[in-house]
Amino acid sequence: MNFSEVFKQSNQLCKVSPDGKYLATCVQYRLVVRDFNSLQIVHLYTCLDPVMHMEWSSDSLFILCAMYKRGLVQVWSLEQPDWHCKIDEGSIGLVSSRWSPDGRHILNTTEFNLRVTVWSLCTKAVSYIKYPKACQKGVDFTADGRYMALAERRECKDYISVFVCDDWHLLRHFESETQDLAGLEWSPNCCVLAVWDNCLEYKILLYSLDGRLLSSYSAYEWSLGIKSVAWSPSSQFLAVGSYDEKVRILNHITWKKITEFEHPATIINTKAVVFKEVEKRPVVGSEDLSIHQLTVDNSLFSTQSKYEITQLPAQVPVIKPDPDRANPKIGISALAFSADNRFLATKNGSFQVQSLFWHCSGSSLVLLSKEHICLCYMEAEEEK
Amino acid sequence: MGDWWTPTMMPDPSLDTKELSSISGISMSPSRQNLHHSLHSTMALPKTSYSVLSAFCTEENISQCIAYINQEVCSLGLTGVSLESKSGSLSAVPVLNLLYEVLQLQRRAQRALHELETQQLKNGSDLEHLQHSNCRLKDQLEHTRRDNSGLHEGERQLQLKIKTLQNWLKSEKEEVQKLQSIISSRATQYNHDTKRKERECTKLKERLNQLLMDKRDKKLSIEISNHVGRSDGKRGLWKTGKMEARHEGEMYRALLSDYETRQRSLMMENSELKKVLQHMKKDMITILSPKKPCIKTEPANDSLEQAVSEGEEEIGDSSRETLEQSCEQAREQLTNSIRLQWRKLKSHMERLDSQASLVACQEREGEEMMSRKEHEEEMQRMRMELQQCKEFIHMQQQLLQQLSSPCDEETAALLNDCYTLEEKERLKEEWRLFNEQKRNFEQERKNFTEAAIRLGHERKAFEEDRAAWLKTQFLNMTPFVDRKRPALSEPHSALSVGTEPEAKLQSTPPLVTKSLFSTPKAASVKMPSTADLYRTLHLIPDSRGHGKCQSGEMSTKSRLRNCSTDCSVISLVRDENSPI
Repeated sequence: MNFSEVFKQSNQLCKVSPDGKYLATCVQYRLVVRDFNSLQIVHLYTCLDPVMHMEWSSDSLFILCAMYKRGLVQVWSLEQPDWHCKIDEGSIGLVSSRWSPDGRHILNTTEFNLRVTVWSLCTKAVSYIKYPKACQKGVDFTADGRYMALAERRECKDYISVFVCDDWHLLRHFESETQDLAGLEWSPNCCVLAVWDNCLEYKILLYSLDGRLLSSYSAYEWSLGIKSVAWSPSSQFLAVGSYDEKVRILNHITWKKITEFEHPATIINTKAVVFKEVEKRPVVGSEDLSIHQLTVDNSLFSTQSKYEITQLPAQVPVIKPDPDRANPKIGISALAFSADNRFLATKNGSFQVQSLFWHCSGSSLVLLSKEHICLCYMEAEEEK
Repeated sequence: MGDWWTPTMMPDPSLDTKELSSISGISMSPSRQNLHHSLHSTMALPKTSYSVLSAFCTEENISQCIAYINQEVCSLGLTGVSLESKSGSLSAVPVLNLLYEVLQLQRRAQRALHELETQQLKNGSDLEHLQHSNCRLKDQLEHTRRDNSGLHEGERQLQLKIKTLQNWLKSEKEEVQKLQSIISSRATQYNHDTKRKERECTKLKERLNQLLMDKRDKKLSIEISNHVGRSDGKRGLWKTGKMEARHEGEMYRALLSDYETRQRSLMMENSELKKVLQHMKKDMITILSPKKPCIKTEPANDSLEQAVSEGEEEIGDSSRETLEQSCEQAREQLTNSIRLQWRKLKSHMERLDSQASLVACQEREGEEMMSRKEHEEEMQRMRMELQQCKEFIHMQQQLLQQLSSPCDEETAALLNDCYTLEEKERLKEEWRLFNEQKRNFEQERKNFTEAAIRLGHERKAFEEDRAAWLKTQFLNMTPFVDRKRPALSEPHSALSVGTEPEAKLQSTPPLVTKSLFSTPKAASVKMPSTADLYRTLHLIPDSRGHGKCQSGEMSTKSRLRNCSTDCSVISLVRDENSPI
């Protein structure tokens, strides 16, 4: 693997444009846009404040830079570098800012989640949506960008509003049967909305596009419930990961559980292949550890690691989380389906995996941890 | 004293003691008869003893009787007087004393008897009593034993109950613990959430305060240098009722299309499954129907026929079914028919299984001997074969070993020698044969060449003769000396013409003429080359290919001497040819 030179960035703001041509990074209050292939700086913009959030628009023509402290959002254009746009939320503050799927509207969530302001870049019109819910995932757009679902909370009850993204027309507004809605997600075919409750209650509800409740599923009561949810790309399956370290798969016809996967600490399934990372560090005698040595000899710190297949039954190291803390680090925290619907990757427990992503062909998986990056290639015959 | 005189007669068995009877058998002398009478009156003796009394003592044996009585008295332990006989007379006093003592004795004995009898009665009653009590106690024991077992049983059940209750208690405790842990985790979660909300609340309050204090209210605004076109390039539309309706319509359209795709896929799946079911049904019918000859028992046949008839009906139905695929009745019909067939198949299989096991049992007993015998024979055969094969293999192995590894130099050399010796022998043989043949060949060749030489010579001579003869003839016959006959040209060898053996005599003149012409060739006397020789000798086939010859005459050199005709020469040559 070849690496380019190191570029500075702040706040982990480094994003590739959706069309793959440009790379945008934020360094404090500067926005740097580079050409992706040559990594030459194409544009350089200066914002009024250190940028907290940066996002490309869906057509790769605009970049949004949000500065939460000052309640400002600045939008930059790639086609016309001297075009500028500044949105000031005023005294009401800014908590989050995002693009709409058509790339022409910006949704700002004000402080204390008082409202969501929809700014239009085409018409300068403003729309307000009151009382959005502050939860894990309160807003979701459909894959084709036509509809937006927003969770609201009024008078101690949860509501869901469905908007048409064309003109922000409220299509449907219905009450959700959750106690405390934690998240919602559209299915990839845009017809079903999965709504789940927070971890105190295991409940996942399925609403159709027009607001009818299709089905509700609850695996058990009282123990901590759903931690993560993922749709399969074909909308046929819904994977629900919970705090009891199990993943349950629901099918789209009956919305009943078809299978559940466990994550035992000891892997004894004979069909499973367990890869274990084996690190080889060069052994250094303590008397050799002088500054000179350290600076000159880089190989001292290069650890080679390789993966070898361990014999079954394999013991997976488990760290028991502190049960007295809220949101304990047990359970399925990440789920990802591969693009061809064949594999499901799950992360259980307190492993230091920050994210897992599939390649769009479904043949490989990237795991990111704090210090490592791991690529897993799947062979066609293997199961997960 | 002397003889113990036992009385001969013991008439009355009812008398208790022998002594008594013997005593009563005392026959008294007549002088004592009155004493006897008195005695008899005091003693309640049965009347029958009279005759007995008379038997014991008589006039003659008084002294013996006395002696005897003394003895008896002594034996009885009475200190009483011993009867003395004073010259045949007996004093009454000792007798009376004796009698009295005997009576006392008798009384005592009777008393003792009486006591014994009472004692016995008592004992009998005691025994009875004891037996009764024994029975009673036994019954009681039985009863208590039963009670005991019942109590044991009850105890066991109670123990069991205790165990189950303990288990239940344990499970309940576990559940309680689990619930407690759940409650505690929920409580922490609630606390966390409450704290979060409280923090937010305080922040809100602060912010509110701040806003109230802060007069300057920053308006929210947007500064944009110029409007941007819509991403899809279309013009923005006003919000009207029509728009709303359109949105609704689009939404429903999206939903409907999704449902339609789903329904389509489900329909396809459904039809595929139905097809599979149909196939299964047909297979089941075929399995059930055409196996009639294989089945042995009656009921199976009946069921088969039934199944076949129903199957035929079903097949007739299925064609109808395919037409009404979506009809619910058809669906139910299909599933029902499949279930029916499956049940039939199952029962059929079960029957077959039971039959097979029965038949196997029966056959095993009947054919046991047979099969075993055959089995054993087979086994024997196979063992023999195995043995043979093993031996063969062993042998082969040995040979291979010998071949592959020369065990030691000598044997190897020896072996090699053996082989080469064989080969040498063979070779020698062949050489010998070859040499023989060669010699023969040489011999014949020599003969042949000699013959050829001789032939050449003789021919030459013959030619000369002929030439001379012809000359003379010619000179005699014709005036033309130098004319050559054109008809007789070309490669007619002198001998070739003469192959017609019939024309022996006739051929001679043309032959002579030919030879006349060929003489100039022959005139130059030189040895013919081998090829020519062979050709002339017809060893090499000519262009004319003269095959006819008269072989058969094994002529010798002497024949050659008869050179009147060519044919003899020819025949000689031919015969020379043949052995080669």
